[in-house]
This record gives sequence, C-alpha cells and structure tokens, in this order.
Amino acid sequence: MSTQPGEPMLLVEHGSDEVTSAPVVSRGRLVLRRFWRRRMAVIGLVVIVALFFFAFVGPYFTKWSYSELDVSASLSPPNGTHWFGTNELGQDMYAQAMRGLQKSLLIGVLGALLATTIAAILGSLAGYFGSASDRIVVIVIDLLLILPGFLIIAVLSPLFRGKTWLVFVLLLAVFQWMLTARVVRGLTLSLKEREFVSAARFMGVGRWKIIFRHILPNMASFLIIDATLNVSALILAEVALSFFGFGIRPPDVSLGTLIQQGVTSYNTFWWLFYIPAALVVVLSLAVNLVGDGLRDALDPNARLDD
Amino acid sequence: MAKFLLRRLVYLVILVAVATSIAYLLAATQLNPRSRFEGRNPPLSEAAITSTLNDLNMNPDEPVLTRFGRWANGVVHGDLGKTILGQSVNQQISSRMWVSLRLVLLGSIIGAIVGCALGAYGAVRQYRLSDHVVTTASFIVLSIPTVVLCVLIALAGTKFNQAVGATAAGKQVFYTVGEYSPGQGGWNWSDLVDRAQHLFLPTLVLVIASAAFYSRYQRSAMLDVLGQDFLRTAQAKGLTRNKALIKHGLRTALIPLTTFFAYNLALLFIGSVFVESIFTWHGMGEYLVNSVSGQDINSTAGTTLFVAVLVLLAGFLSDVAYAALDPRVRV
Repeated sequence: MSTQPGEPMLLVEHGSDEVTSAPVVSRGRLVLRRFWRRRMAVIGLVVIVALFFFAFVGPYFTKWSYSELDVSASLSPPNGTHWFGTNELGQDMYAQAMRGLQKSLLIGVLGALLATTIAAILGSLAGYFGSASDRIVVIVIDLLLILPGFLIIAVLSPLFRGKTWLVFVLLLAVFQWMLTARVVRGLTLSLKEREFVSAARFMGVGRWKIIFRHILPNMASFLIIDATLNVSALILAEVALSFFGFGIRPPDVSLGTLIQQGVTSYNTFWWLFYIPAALVVVLSLAVNLVGDGLRDALDPNARLDD
Repeated sequence: MAKFLLRRLVYLVILVAVATSIAYLLAATQLNPRSRFEGRNPPLSEAAITSTLNDLNMNPDEPVLTRFGRWANGVVHGDLGKTILGQSVNQQISSRMWVSLRLVLLGSIIGAIVGCALGAYGAVRQYRLSDHVVTTASFIVLSIPTVVLCVLIALAGTKFNQAVGATAAGKQVFYTVGEYSPGQGGWNWSDLVDRAQHLFLPTLVLVIASAAFYSRYQRSAMLDVLGQDFLRTAQAKGLTRNKALIKHGLRTALIPLTTFFAYNLALLFIGSVFVESIFTWHGMGEYLVNSVSGQDINSTAGTTLFVAVLVLLAGFLSDVAYAALDPRVRV
C-alpha cells in the first residue's frame, strides 16, 4: 500500500510540471495503476474472480450434483470421493457449497446493483427536481430507516416462499439504498449549482438527460465504491435472514442455509459449519478489500503520484 | 432552535406512527395466527379457535381495517394488545427490554471506546505496521457473519473452561447459556458474580464486533482531522504532539461518532438477535424472531413500535448532542 519510489514511470511523471494541467495518463489508467498498487485490494479481486470461477465452473469437477443423495455415505468427513464431506442426508457438501456460493454471489451482486441504482435515481431526482419530489423521497428515506428491515423482510417471507428468490433480492435492496440516497441527494444539490450543469440547462438539455449525463457520472466513483460495499453487506444480510428461516429456504441452497443447517453440529461434524462459514468470510473480506482499494484509487483528492 | 426541534419531533412522531401502522398491516395480512392453533393435539374445534382468535383481535375473517382500528385505539391508550399466547405485549416488552439493555449496554460502550482508540491510533500511525494490523483485523471481523462470530466465541469459552479444568470439576468459568444460573438471578454478591460469568462471552462478541465497526469510522474521521490547520497551530503554540492530537484531534474526530453510537445502541436492541439466539438470552431480539415465526401479529407490531421509538429517540438525542458538542452548529 506504500508507494514504491523505484518505479521508473513514476519518476518521469513526478518530474513533469504539466501533470496537473495536461495529464499524461488518462484517468482510467491512473485509477487502474493506483488500484494495482494496493496489494490487498488486488488479492481481494483475485479471490473474488476465483470464487466466481469455482462457483460456476466448480460443480463440473465433481460427479455429484448438489441435490443427489449418496445413501452409502451419510455424514462422512471430507475425503477423496466427497471433497467437503456429506451431510446427514448424504448430499455432497462440495456441490452444495458451490451451489450456495452461486446463490450468495448472485444475491450480493444483483442486490447491490439494484440498491445503488435505486439510490442514484431517487437521490438525484430528489436533489435535482427539488420541491414535492424532494419532500416525498426524503420522507420515504426517513420512513424506511425507522422501519426495521429485518423484521419487515421476515414478515414478508411467506410472500416469496416457493417463488423465485429474486423477490428476496428485491426486498433486500429496498432496505439497503436509503443512506446512499441521502449522500447522492447532497452531492446533487451541490453539483446542480456548478457551471457545466447550468450551461447544459441553458442549452435546453432535458432534466433527466442532465441527471444521467452530467450529475451521476460526476459521482461515479462514490457509486462504484458504494455498490461494492453493498455486495458484502447483502451477502451477510442473506446469511442473517436465512439463519432464522426468513431468507432462502431449503431445498434452495445458499451459504446462509448451509450455515443454518451446520450451526448445531459445529462441534461434531465441523465440515458442515466451518466450510460454508469460511466461504462467507473469505468472500465478504475480499469484497471489502476491493471496496477499500477502490476508495483509495478513485479518491479525487489523492495526489497524482500517490 | 426550540421551534425547529419541536417541528422535527412532530415529524418523527408521525413517521413512527406510519411505520408502525405499515408493520401492523403487513403482519396482519401476511402472518397466519390460525395455523398456530390448528393441528394441535388434542385438536381444537373450529369454534374454539375462532373465539380465541377473536379474543386476541387476530381473526383473519374480520376485515383488516376493523382489526387495525381496534389495535390502534388500544395503542393510543397505551395498550399494545395480547400476544398469541394471551400474555400482554406491554409486559413482554417491559421485561425483555431490560434483558436486552443488560446484554448490550456494557458491550457496546466498551466496544465503542476500544474501537475509537484503535481507529485513532491507526490514523496517527497511518500506513505503518500497527495501522495495517488494526485495519486488517477490523476488515476480517467485519466480514464474519455475527452468528459465526458468536459460535466461535462460545466455542472458545467452552475450550477455556476445559483448559482450566473447570469442566472436569463440574463447574464453569464462562457460561454459554442464559442470563443467570437456575436458582440465581437476584442482585446480591454471588448472583452478580454468576451474572458476570454469563455476561462475559456475549459481551466479548459485542465488543469485538462494535470495536471493528467504530475503528473504521474513527480512523477516517481522525485522518480528516489530522490534515487540519488547527492541529499545526496547536503544536505551534507549544503543545506537544501527543497533547495536540488528543486534545484537539481526537476530540474533534469524536463528534460524528456520537451519532453512530446513539443509532447503534438503539439498533443493537434487536441487532443482538444472534447473540441472544446463540447464548439463549430472552431479550427483544428473541422476541422479534419468535413473534414473526410464531405468527404473532400484535407482538410483531409492538416490536416495530419499540424499535421505531428507539431509533427516533436516538436520532433526536444525537441531534441535540451534536449541537452541544460542535460549536459550528450552535445557534
């Protein structure tokens, strides 16, 4: 995470005076280079890519399907046939874990994208349009912050029971966007007064076009970081809700349901609990590290050579 | 200022009323109290079930709005209705809230202090080894689901008991179940020791989890302050670096944390649901889970009201505390 003074490219850039007035490198490459230098963040990214690969390609490595029952091997510890062992039904835990990882990854990514999108649209709408729409959005934000999300999703869980888990993702996102939207609203309020927005307005550019072309791109770095951190928040939220049977429910498999089924046997059949738990921790840690690295890399206040 | 605060208070009270009503209506339409009574052994007659449900104001055959009106009327008069077992919701909440408070108060205060200290220390020594250690540790803790953290701590407690030979002697140093041992639970000296033995492990979970959370915020707040001119001025007028850092740096950086602390303490009342579940404490978190999975409409709405009021109070108090601490917003 420290700068490496030995890098020749840096020295060249350091010496040139025009760096601030006419950047030699594009912003994209600059961000990429800064990100590359955060070693932990790069490790996090590699881990995420690896987990994605394992989740979607991993199931093809084993002959067991996640729902298949191996009646001859119930509760067997990890071995050559069942790499992660089996549960009491004789289901292969490797296949189950990969299946759960798939679901958790999809929930995290889809939910985070959804939450950040809702936040970006409603926050900028409130900030830019002002008046009635602003008041409505602010009230909705305050209301959802007061409503305990865990409880409401739990109450609504019969609604998505047996239906597609996408409803569950939608609900998770609905209780995740409010704080981001507040920040977006504040940023929009200040961006609205800037010259380039006024110029666009006087040239007759439509309001929505201004929001999508000029306002939101100017807070892209904030939105990217926020979406990244939301991924890990939602993966943990899924585990929390599924633990009490309010989220994904068997026979559907997620890392949350695996932890829930394994928690009682953490002392006796350790693989049932520790393997899914470790997967959640590694996944969420990797996402957090990438988010932190992005925060540093995208920071507009950072020195150019930093 | 008073007028502003009053208007804010009225707004928040209305929000709480709306939030609670939404929760009641959702619970009343989604939960199925009848299923609690069906399939019992010996089976209850249809008429008996209906009369019980009528008694609890949970009969799904009655229009939702009629039931809501009856319930809301009770709430306005300070009566949150009955649980599905016929107990008073008021009584449940008023006994359980103290259990939750005893569970989370100590842990969240210690956690906040430890977290702030670690975060400030990390910021002062930015990018040194100790900063990396604090940052990495807090990232790891923040990535562990609370339920997994609870299980690990409970396991560590059991192992400790075995290691010091207490288990073999039929005793325990740290208990993993309940708030106090059967037959104890009073407030004399031996009861207090027993309570402390039960409180230690759940408190440890809360301290670790909240310290990790606070240290992240405190580190970035402190980093912002470290670049400020007034810190240099403080050193220029002759304060030592440490004195300037603590008196001018830390103090300023702590202000935004008061907001977090207030909200967190409020949310921990139900956020400690995993700690209560793994360590079997009978607090508000357990009540929340039980009320939803037990198809208990009135309890669900009552818990929502409780949480909403706490969040409201926390928000309001943190506004006041902010005004008191930060000279820039004083009017």
